[in-house]
Amino acid sequence: MSSLTLRPHRPIPRSTVRVVLLVRANMQRYFKHRLLFVTGFLEPFLFLLSIGVGVGGLVGGIHVEGETIPYAVFVAPGLMATSAMNGAMIDSIFNVYFKLRISHSYDAVLATPMSPTDLALGEIGWSIVRVGIYSVAFLIVMAGLGDVHSWMVIFCLPAAMLVSASFSAVGIAATTYMRTWQDFDLVMMIQMPMFLFSGVFFPLTVYPGWLQLVVSLTPLYQGVALCRDFALGHLHLWMLFNVAYLLIMGAIGLRITIRRLAILLLP
Amino acid sequence: MLKGSPERELKEFLKAVRLEFEGEGQVLYELGRKRGVVDSESKLAPAPIVECRDLVKRFDSFAAVDGISVTVNQGESFGFLGPNGAGKTSTMRMISCMSPASEGYLRVLGQDPETHGPEIRSRLGLVPQEDTLELELSLLDNLLIYGRYFDLPKKEILQRADRLLDFAQLTDRKHDKVDLLSGGMRRRLTIARALISEPDLLILDEPTTGLDPQARHLLWDRLYRLKSDGVTLIITTHYMDEAEQLCDRLVVMDHGHIVAEGAPRQLIEDHSTPEVLELRFGNVGHEEYSAGFEDLAERIEVLPDRLLLYVHDGDEVLSAVHSRGHTPERSLVRRSTLEDVFLVLTGRTLVD
Amino acid sequence: MTLGTLSTRGSSQPRIGWPTWVRAVWHNAFVYSKTWRSSIVTGLLEPFMYLVAMGVGIGSLVNKGSGGVDGVPYLNFVAPGLLAATMLQIGVSDSSFSVLGGLKWARTYFAAIATPLNYHDVLIGHLAWIAIRCSAVATAFVAVMGVFGLLASPLAILAIPAAALSALAISSPTTAIATRQDDHLSMTVVFRLGVLPMFLFAGVFFPLSRLPYWLEAIVQILPLTSGVTLCRALTLHQGLHPSLFLNIGYMLLWFGVGYYFSLTGFRKRLVI
Repeated sequence: MSSLTLRPHRPIPRSTVRVVLLVRANMQRYFKHRLLFVTGFLEPFLFLLSIGVGVGGLVGGIHVEGETIPYAVFVAPGLMATSAMNGAMIDSIFNVYFKLRISHSYDAVLATPMSPTDLALGEIGWSIVRVGIYSVAFLIVMAGLGDVHSWMVIFCLPAAMLVSASFSAVGIAATTYMRTWQDFDLVMMIQMPMFLFSGVFFPLTVYPGWLQLVVSLTPLYQGVALCRDFALGHLHLWMLFNVAYLLIMGAIGLRITIRRLAILLLP
Repeated sequence: MLKGSPERELKEFLKAVRLEFEGEGQVLYELGRKRGVVDSESKLAPAPIVECRDLVKRFDSFAAVDGISVTVNQGESFGFLGPNGAGKTSTMRMISCMSPASEGYLRVLGQDPETHGPEIRSRLGLVPQEDTLELELSLLDNLLIYGRYFDLPKKEILQRADRLLDFAQLTDRKHDKVDLLSGGMRRRLTIARALISEPDLLILDEPTTGLDPQARHLLWDRLYRLKSDGVTLIITTHYMDEAEQLCDRLVVMDHGHIVAEGAPRQLIEDHSTPEVLELRFGNVGHEEYSAGFEDLAERIEVLPDRLLLYVHDGDEVLSAVHSRGHTPERSLVRRSTLEDVFLVLTGRTLVD
Repeated sequence: MTLGTLSTRGSSQPRIGWPTWVRAVWHNAFVYSKTWRSSIVTGLLEPFMYLVAMGVGIGSLVNKGSGGVDGVPYLNFVAPGLLAATMLQIGVSDSSFSVLGGLKWARTYFAAIATPLNYHDVLIGHLAWIAIRCSAVATAFVAVMGVFGLLASPLAILAIPAAALSALAISSPTTAIATRQDDHLSMTVVFRLGVLPMFLFAGVFFPLSRLPYWLEAIVQILPLTSGVTLCRALTLHQGLHPSLFLNIGYMLLWFGVGYYFSLTGFRKRLVI
C-alpha cells in the first residue's frame, strides 16, 4: 500500500520540457505504425517522378526570371512546400480531431501538469519535426533526380518547416471548431484549389494581372515562393514578406488554438 | 359455434398435430389463422416464439454457446442473465438470424433461420449492443431508412415514426442529427427503430449497459410499457436488477451454459435464502471470520471486500454476530437477489 | 397516446415488394441525398479544378514546349485521363472509410443485416450505388468536356459506361481490402501504396511511353490504366481498336475478383 500513499510534491517540469515530452509522445505513436512512417517518404518521391519526369518531359524547359530551367527544377520546390502544407494540415487535423472528439486523450493529458498551451505547441512541434524529416528525404530525392539548381536549396528545409508550423497552427485552430468529419471537406475546399492554383505547377504569369495579385496573397503561395527562390538561388526582399506572412498566420492560429483548447477542455 | 362443426374438428386436429410435431406447429397455426379457423384469442396457443435445443455456437475450437435449450413463449418477457462473455450476445445473434448456429435445433417464429433468415428477420426487432445508427442523419431519417429495409411504404413509416418518437420521448429532437444525442437518447431511438416494422419479437442485447441510472430508469419504464402491451421481449443483461424488473422468466448463463432457469423470484427462492447479511471487517482477511460464523448461516460467501451470510433473518444473525464480540466496520441486511443466485451457482459475481 | 397503437401482434405478414438488394441501394442513395454536400468537393469540384489547372495551366506550358501530346492539345489529352482518375477518387473514397464505418465505427451494416437484408444485399447495394453515382459524375464530366469541345465524336458518350466500369474495377478490390483492415492508419498506407501511384503513373497526366520500359510493364497491370486507355480512346476517337475489348475484359476481371473477396470479407466480418 505504501506505494500508493501521497508523496511530497515533485517539481513540475518546465514548459519547454513539457512540450518536448508531448512531441516525443506524438512521435512514438507515429513511429509505432512503421509502415505509415516509411510510406510517407514515398509520396514526394512519386510526385517528383510523375510530375517532374513525366509531365516535365512534355513541358521541356520553362522561363523564370530570364533563365530557362527544366520543369522538374521548377516544380520540385513547389511540391516540397505543398507537401509541408498537406503534412501539417492533414496530420494535425486528423490527429487533433481524433484526440479531441473521439478518443478524448487530451482530457487525460490535461490531468497531468500539461496545459492547453503545451498541447498546442506539442502538436505543432511534432508537425515541424515530421515535416523536417520528410523534407530532408525530399531534398535527397531531388538531388538524386538531378533537380538541384543552387546550393541554397538547403534553405528549403527551414522554409518547409516554417510552412508546416504556420499551417498546423491554423489547422489545429480550425479543428477546434469542427463538430463532425464532414467539416473536413471545408478544409479540402480551401486546400485543394491552393494546391492546384498557387503556382506550384505553373508560373503566375499564365494568369491575368488581377488574378496574379490574388494568388500571390494566398498562404501556400508564400511557401512556394520561398522554397522556389531558395531552390533557384534567387534572393529577394520579397522573401521577408513571405516569412512575415507565415509567421503572423501561425501566431494567430496558435493564439486561437490555445484559447479554444482552454474553452473546450477546461470548461 | 356448433358442436362438431368442421372448424371445431380442424381445431382439434391442429391441436393434436401440434403436440405431435412441435416445431412445425407454427406453420399449421398460421395456416389455420389465415383460413379464419384459428384466431389469436383462440385457446390454441401458437408455437413458441423461440425454441432451441442443444444450441451450440463455436468459434474455431472455442464454444461461446455450449448446448443451451430454451423456449420463449408468445407475450413473454424473457431474460438471459450472465456476466460478460457468458455467450449471451452469440445467442442473440443466432436467434436474430444474423449468425448461423454451429449445432443444434433452432426455430424462431416457427421457422428455421438457416432456410428462412430474411423471412424471420422481417418479423424481428433487434436492439443490438451498439446502437448502429446513422450518425449524420436525423432521428426521423434513421427511422425512415430502417423502415425502408422492411420495404414499408414511406407514408406508413412516417406515421409510425411519429408514434414511436413520441413513445421514445424524442419528438422534439426529431430533426436533430443523431450525433448530438446522449447515450440514453440513442438507446431509446434504437428501440424505436426496432419497433418500426411492428415486430412479433423484440430482442434487446444489453439495453442499458453504459447508461447512467436516470437514463436506465427511463428506458426500463419504456420497456415495461412494451411488455404490458404484450410485446414478446428477449433481453440480455448482466444487471440482476434489470432482469428482476423486466423479465417474467429468465435463464442464468455462464461459460456458454445455462446454469438455472425460472422466474426471478422462483430462482431466488430455489437457490438462495430470503435475506443476506453483508459484513465488512477492516483490513483483515475475511476468510478467518467466516469460520466463526458457519453455524449462523446456511451458506457463507467470501468476497475480497466483504462476507455474505445467507440467512433467513438478517437482523437476528447480525445481533448474534455482535453478541459473539465481533464488530464489523459495516453491516447491511438485504433481500436476496439474482446476483446471489449467480454467486451460488458459479461462485463468481456478475459484474466485476 | 395509448400503447395499443404500438402493439406488435398480428402484423406478421412480411410485405413482398422490392428485392432486398434494391432496398440497400435505396439506403445508400438516401444517405447520399442527405450528406452530398460533404462530398461535393472531392466528388465534383476537384475533377474540374484539376481539369483547369492541368489542362489550361500546365497545358499552356506543354503546348508551348512540345505542341501537345500524341497530336492533340494537352487539355484534350488530360481530360479523359482525369475522368478516369475521378472514378478512382470516388471509387476509393466511397469504398474505404465508408466500408470501415459500416463494419467497425458506426456499424450500420449490422443494422442492415438485422432486417430482411443479408450481407450480400449490403455488398450489392454498396457497389451498385457507386456505379450509379459514378455514372452521374461521369455524365457531368463528359458534358463539360463537350462544352469545351474536347469530344471528337458522338462515340464519346460511351466514355460514361467506360468510366463507371473503371469505378467498379477499382472500388470492388478496395472494398475487399477495407473489409480486411481495422483502422484508418492502415487505410492510409493502402492509399499511399495503391491509389497515389495509380493516380500519378497510370497515364492520366502523360503517355505511358514516357516511362522506362520496366515501369510501363508494371503500370499496365493497374486497373486504372485500362480505364484511362478506354476513356481516352473513346473521347479522342482514336478508332475502336480491338485491344480495347481486352481493357474491358481486364477491368471486369478486377471487378470480379474484387467482388469475390469483398463477399468473403463481408461474410467474415458480418456473419461471424
